[in-house]
Amino acid sequence: MSKSFLEVDGLSKVYPDGQGNEFTVFEDIRFSLEKGEFVCIIGHSGCGKSTILNVLAGLDEASSGNLVMSGKEVIGPSLDRGVVFQNYSLLPWKTTLNNIVFAVRARWPSWSKEKVREHSERYLKMVGLDHALDRKPSQLSGGMRQRVSIARAFATQPELLLLDEPFGALDALTRGVIQDELVKIWEETRQTVFMITHDVDEAILLSDRIFLMSNGPNARIAESVKVDVPHPRSRATIFQNPAYHKTRDYLVDFLVNRSGAALPEDDGSPKFVEPAKGMAKPAPTPTEESAAKAVNA
Amino acid sequence: MASLNVRAALLSVSFLVLALGAWEMSTQPPAAQESMSEYEMLMGGAEQESRVPPPSAVIRLAWEELSNPFYDAGANDKGIGIQLGYSVYRVLTGYLAAMAIALPVGFLIGMSPLMYKALNPYIQVLRPISPLAWMPLALFIIQDSDASAIFVIFICSIWPMLLNTAFGVANVREDWINVARTHELGHLRTALTVILPAAAPTIMTGMRISIGIAWLVIVAAEMLVGGTGIGYYVWNEWNNLDLASVIFSILMIGVVGMLLDLALGKAQRLVEYKE
Repeated sequence: MSKSFLEVDGLSKVYPDGQGNEFTVFEDIRFSLEKGEFVCIIGHSGCGKSTILNVLAGLDEASSGNLVMSGKEVIGPSLDRGVVFQNYSLLPWKTTLNNIVFAVRARWPSWSKEKVREHSERYLKMVGLDHALDRKPSQLSGGMRQRVSIARAFATQPELLLLDEPFGALDALTRGVIQDELVKIWEETRQTVFMITHDVDEAILLSDRIFLMSNGPNARIAESVKVDVPHPRSRATIFQNPAYHKTRDYLVDFLVNRSGAALPEDDGSPKFVEPAKGMAKPAPTPTEESAAKAVNA
Repeated sequence: MASLNVRAALLSVSFLVLALGAWEMSTQPPAAQESMSEYEMLMGGAEQESRVPPPSAVIRLAWEELSNPFYDAGANDKGIGIQLGYSVYRVLTGYLAAMAIALPVGFLIGMSPLMYKALNPYIQVLRPISPLAWMPLALFIIQDSDASAIFVIFICSIWPMLLNTAFGVANVREDWINVARTHELGHLRTALTVILPAAAPTIMTGMRISIGIAWLVIVAAEMLVGGTGIGYYVWNEWNNLDLASVIFSILMIGVVGMLLDLALGKAQRLVEYKE
């Protein structure tokens, strides 16, 4: 088996349940990510998605299993793995700009002041906040705060970007706008992204693949669903693609009817599913990548 | 309708006028009813009853004292400014010494549950001790009354700073610590660039409580050690039966205490942030 960019092998998390027994949140989580992939993970509450993300971030420790990124074992937090938290986690005593500068300086300590500032401003511009450089987070709306947080994560150019339900606390309209922005930034940067979401439409809009988790306890990543919708995508037009509906139906069916008993392949890796196989063709300009994958399939 | 501030000011002033008026009225000496007896003339016509001085007398004295606050005419006759200066100097010296200990130790206790558990029993026993109870021991060990007064200030202002620092540091939001961790900040940089600013408002609250307590305690401490300072001045004027001076110095203690609190309040606003 060739080595992927990120290999997750047999991850599990066990807590004592307070009565002398053990409670296994998730077990034998196996998956891999390729460089430049955008992968979402969906599952019902309590299946341990956030714990998996925190383990990837190095903020939490798994009870067993191991993680290898770019051939190196992942131990503890690192600037190679950027995190966007659901509650933004901006430092409230710093201005918008200084929140980014803080991160950029940590990433490249040898950079000059001007270079740090210029780099930080560029990323704030990407999320459309170059007019709010000197405002404190408390003076920004929830959506603007999350944009700052996204800009901070992208500005450090991590090898892997981890997004923990970044739009969970936002209203639907704001969420849509920022999703579009995220699509745009991602098209520009092609970061490798691993994201938690509860929103099926959001997952289809953003991801190349979607991991479906079975319910906890003893949750597994049961399936890996390919999203056969070509890039660049846009929230306004994606629903015109028949592949979108096919994929959506498949995901909803899993979450409503099958997430309780779903199991991965016998070797523990998620079942690879292509609900919209071959339907990506009518898109105007299929990328080389998706064409190649269609041939392989 | 005048603004709230104007109306409040008017009300304040009328309360003051009413209170001073009532005070002035109740402290007038009785009018001489008849010519003095031979005995009274022998006694120099002194009143038989001592009275609290009326506000007019206090204001007259205040004017005198404040127009020349820094005169020095010997050990028992110094200007109010000099006496207050001694007290402020002692308070600030003891306070800064307390800060130098309380902030680092507070950080340590706040960041390490082990240290917290280990030191907490001592703090809980030492904290409720009246700072003046330390005075005899301090005088015996230090052998210097001035330094002993400073020590008493040190010991009374250390606790609020220590406990607030520990509390503030221990309760920094986990998210911000995680931000520091995911950005690979070392322990020292995390402490200085994330924990310190995050805990600063709580720390400043402790510092503000401390300066208030220190100013309360210095008066009592100086009454005990004597020599100089506003506390000594109050007690000295009481021994002189100069009640106008006593009332005047009480007011000055209040004014200086308020100024100290205002200064710390300003500093507190500098480090405050909204989430």
